[in-house]
Amino acid sequence: MSEQAPFTIEQFYKNINQGKLLGAKCLKCGKTHLPPRPLCSDCFSKDFEWTEIPTSGKLLTYTIIHIAPTQFQSMAPYATGIVQLEDGLKLPGMIRGVPLEEVRVGMELAVDFGKCEAAQSWPQWPRYYFKPL
Amino acid sequence: MNGKPLASIVSVGLSKFGKREGLYARELFAEAAKEAFDRCPKLDPKKDIEALYVGHMGESFEHQGHTGATMADWAGLGHVPATRTEAACASSGAALRTAICAVRSGLSDVVMVGGAEKMTHRATADVTEYLAMASDYPFEQWHGMTFPGLYALMATAHMHQYGTTERHLAMIGVKNHYHGSLNPKAHMQKEITLEAALTARTVAWPLKLFDCSLITDGASCLILTKPELAKKFTDTPVQIVGSGQASDTIGLYERETFTSLAAAKIAAQKAYEMAHVKPEDIDVAEVHDCFTIAELIAYEDLGFCKPGQGGSLVEKGETKLGGRIPVNTSGGLKAKGHPVGATGTAQAYEAYLQLTGQAEKRQVKNAEIALTHNVGGSGATATVHIYRRD
Repeated sequence: MSEQAPFTIEQFYKNINQGKLLGAKCLKCGKTHLPPRPLCSDCFSKDFEWTEIPTSGKLLTYTIIHIAPTQFQSMAPYATGIVQLEDGLKLPGMIRGVPLEEVRVGMELAVDFGKCEAAQSWPQWPRYYFKPL
Repeated sequence: MNGKPLASIVSVGLSKFGKREGLYARELFAEAAKEAFDRCPKLDPKKDIEALYVGHMGESFEHQGHTGATMADWAGLGHVPATRTEAACASSGAALRTAICAVRSGLSDVVMVGGAEKMTHRATADVTEYLAMASDYPFEQWHGMTFPGLYALMATAHMHQYGTTERHLAMIGVKNHYHGSLNPKAHMQKEITLEAALTARTVAWPLKLFDCSLITDGASCLILTKPELAKKFTDTPVQIVGSGQASDTIGLYERETFTSLAAAKIAAQKAYEMAHVKPEDIDVAEVHDCFTIAELIAYEDLGFCKPGQGGSLVEKGETKLGGRIPVNTSGGLKAKGHPVGATGTAQAYEAYLQLTGQAEKRQVKNAEIALTHNVGGSGATATVHIYRRD
């Protein structure tokens, strides 16, 4: 990946498609943004470097969605939640590979890049999931 | 501000809320406007009203954008400057804030502010999708998140951190349905039982059907003026003495906590400071119960109880009519209904009725100070307003 790759949501998902979870570390104040942003919301710097984010962490909160938007109706009911990764950053997503009744706050999960669908047109992206460690 | 009035409400209007078949939002807005004009015979709408601010959330519902001018047109306001505000479910809370700014700036002496939404003609899956547009697209909607889902994430976190239960949440639904049964303009005017609430089908666990507000058609409006002109139009104005608005990250996942809405806390703090009142001074409140957990978190964010004590507050009946701080006497979004763009000023409508002694069967005795709390999306926008009887 080029170091010049823009610090955008599109680039974040291109990285996901290659099995990489990368955030944008601000070179001025040191804050890491996940997802990346083109402007540091803490110090307004535009200078970043890509940094690898740990791909495992703990489930902070979750829900089981029964009434889904049209596009997701065939998948319902499904689990989705917010995971706090090992460096403290948070990422939301669907949880697969766990029976719905066994999903618990605090359970250890990892980012699942394995079954990302091919990239579609903007603003639709390859979709990552979470799976049990 | 020393608690001095920012602006005065001299009249209010509210369409009947419910499934209003065959009517466009603009027609519902005309219904609300007519009530406001009729309530205020000293007002000449065409001569006196100088601007319209109107909350409206979604073009998708009616395939209709440009709704500021549309509502002005159908309310008979002709060429007045008309501006739509959009802040998801806080669209008319934001309109109210904007209208107060217009009056306080001196630009306008009299303005109309309101909101409208027509929703019930769409299938539930479509409404779910349109409402989800108020959340983050690339990280929430794209991963199958819904609005009930986002509030369910808050509920799970609150239950985990404080021991709040599904029963506590159900009690809020039961209370608001009871209040709604006393409101002739509410969408649902019937009580529900705790058992029915606890055994209803799951929407987004732990939230069930009766934890969710209604998909409703409706419109609301207020007429505001400068405090020094209020008595020209009515003997019983209601004074707006505090206004707070704040924002937060569009994605819920980027927040420090999921058991509180920082934007609501900040907006409340600003409104309390401006009004020179404390949470314990509030006699009646309309809060944004888009989901029962949202009302429980509102108790805590507004300072009606300490963090984690929301469940206990509802269990003791303190937020029911006759309790220490009755909340959502209108029935709230839960039973009165939630035509999203109309909600913020519909809350102000109830505050006006309570403070002028016109709330009939649901009147809070001697109510002097009221508060409204209107939240957009999962809390990326919040507005809080405080009102005082003149």
